[in-house]
Amino acid sequence: MALSRIVALLQRHLYLYKRSLARLMEIFYWPLLDLLVWGYVTVYLAQMPGALPFVAAFLLGAMILWDILYRSQQGISISLLEEIWSRNLLNLFVSPLRPGEFLAAMMALSIFKLSTAAAVTVTLAWLIYSFDFFMMGLYLVPFVVNLVVLGWAIGIVTAALILRYGQKAEVLAWGLTFLFQPVSAVFYPVSVLPGWLQEIARYIPAAHVFEGMREVIAHGRVAEEHLLWAFALNGAYVAGSLIYFYHVFRSVRERGLLLRVGE
Amino acid sequence: MEVRGLTKRFGDLTAVDDVTFDLFPGEILGILGPNGAGKTTLIQLLLHVLTPTAGRIYVFGLDLDRHREAILSRVNFSSAYVSMPSSLTVRENLQVFARLYQVSPAPERIAHLLKLLEIDDLAAKITGTLSSGQITRLCLAKALLNEPRILFLDEPTASLDPDIADKTRRLLRRLRDETGMAVVYTSHNMKEMEELCDRLLFLSKGRVLASGTPTALRDRFRGGTLEEVYLKVVRGEA
Repeated sequence: MALSRIVALLQRHLYLYKRSLARLMEIFYWPLLDLLVWGYVTVYLAQMPGALPFVAAFLLGAMILWDILYRSQQGISISLLEEIWSRNLLNLFVSPLRPGEFLAAMMALSIFKLSTAAAVTVTLAWLIYSFDFFMMGLYLVPFVVNLVVLGWAIGIVTAALILRYGQKAEVLAWGLTFLFQPVSAVFYPVSVLPGWLQEIARYIPAAHVFEGMREVIAHGRVAEEHLLWAFALNGAYVAGSLIYFYHVFRSVRERGLLLRVGE
Repeated sequence: MEVRGLTKRFGDLTAVDDVTFDLFPGEILGILGPNGAGKTTLIQLLLHVLTPTAGRIYVFGLDLDRHREAILSRVNFSSAYVSMPSSLTVRENLQVFARLYQVSPAPERIAHLLKLLEIDDLAAKITGTLSSGQITRLCLAKALLNEPRILFLDEPTASLDPDIADKTRRLLRRLRDETGMAVVYTSHNMKEMEELCDRLLFLSKGRVLASGTPTALRDRFRGGTLEEVYLKVVRGEA
């Protein structure tokens, strides 16, 4: 891996964000709207007689953490689409750039994007709703790490599908993460799901993170089992996504799709 | 560059069929052929963005398949059909690619190329606001950033006005003379190919139908111009 090539791609995307108000808005716009809608829903629910304890923290914490996962995935898939939209993909892959360097740059970019968005939402949640995101203390670190890594795994699979099927697959860049949402127990516990969905949720890293988040908020601790499951599953997800990406990349080179996607 | 028995099949279609040729330092090799002849497929194979079904490509004595990174850092590519990120300025785009190709010192190289391609007054302009001819020159500047030993140009003058196209051809010849850079060039402009190329490969249905210097090909096929030779060869009248 050549650091300079990774930095070159990062530099290219940072230039883009420096100049494009629309792209900057994209980082802030949806998190802000989500925060306002979910925030006032939680205010309303908290005022109801017999309201669940910690409902505001559950929902706002979940919303912010879900956005981290979503931004992490988009950091990879939307960045690939940017190269396709600007007919720049072929320029990149006729250079010495390796596919692994491309992915590494996109991962670094996703950290920039999600950190920026999270900083805004966390601050606004505190200012508007007095919600302290850091109430989860050091548990936040494994939660965030697991969600970022899961977002990368989904982003890598999305990127592979876009390379294979071209722009007709670009809708996946916005939609694929949401396929995981119902079984990730983001806004409700796994226990409310029917048995067969609970079985699926056991193998979704995000479900363990959100279950853990609720435990921390309610009891100040988390069962280690959740964190271990999340890390182990994420290891498998990332390995699987990389194997799939490289397999697709080889196939794309054999079929000559890079030019068709990139032109 | 040595190309031996290069073949690419897509299912039943043979896009490149047992192509063998050499490219020598300082040579400008033109690839001619009708649409669908396999020119773009051949260039993709030579740039390692397409995997051959059979055959080998050796560049600088190295196997392209095994030494991709080392080879691609010393070659470059520009095409009328590929662009550059439109939201970046001309200078920013070149800075990104200079870093990608590990060019040093980049600011001096970029300033030199901007001047050479007569786009120094556009350095701070957003790429998306440039004319197609200006974008082509920016792409050429990108392609020259790493002082390539082999430059692949796919219809590079397609969107240039005659004045700039002529200047571009002169520039390529000058760079070839000064640096020994080899060029693989495709174009449908026969006059341009005749004027610029040292040697031509005629491709049809993926096969090399004829090759040689423009003069030798005109003599061999008794054509007054390269365009007449081209029409005879591709229509099977030769």
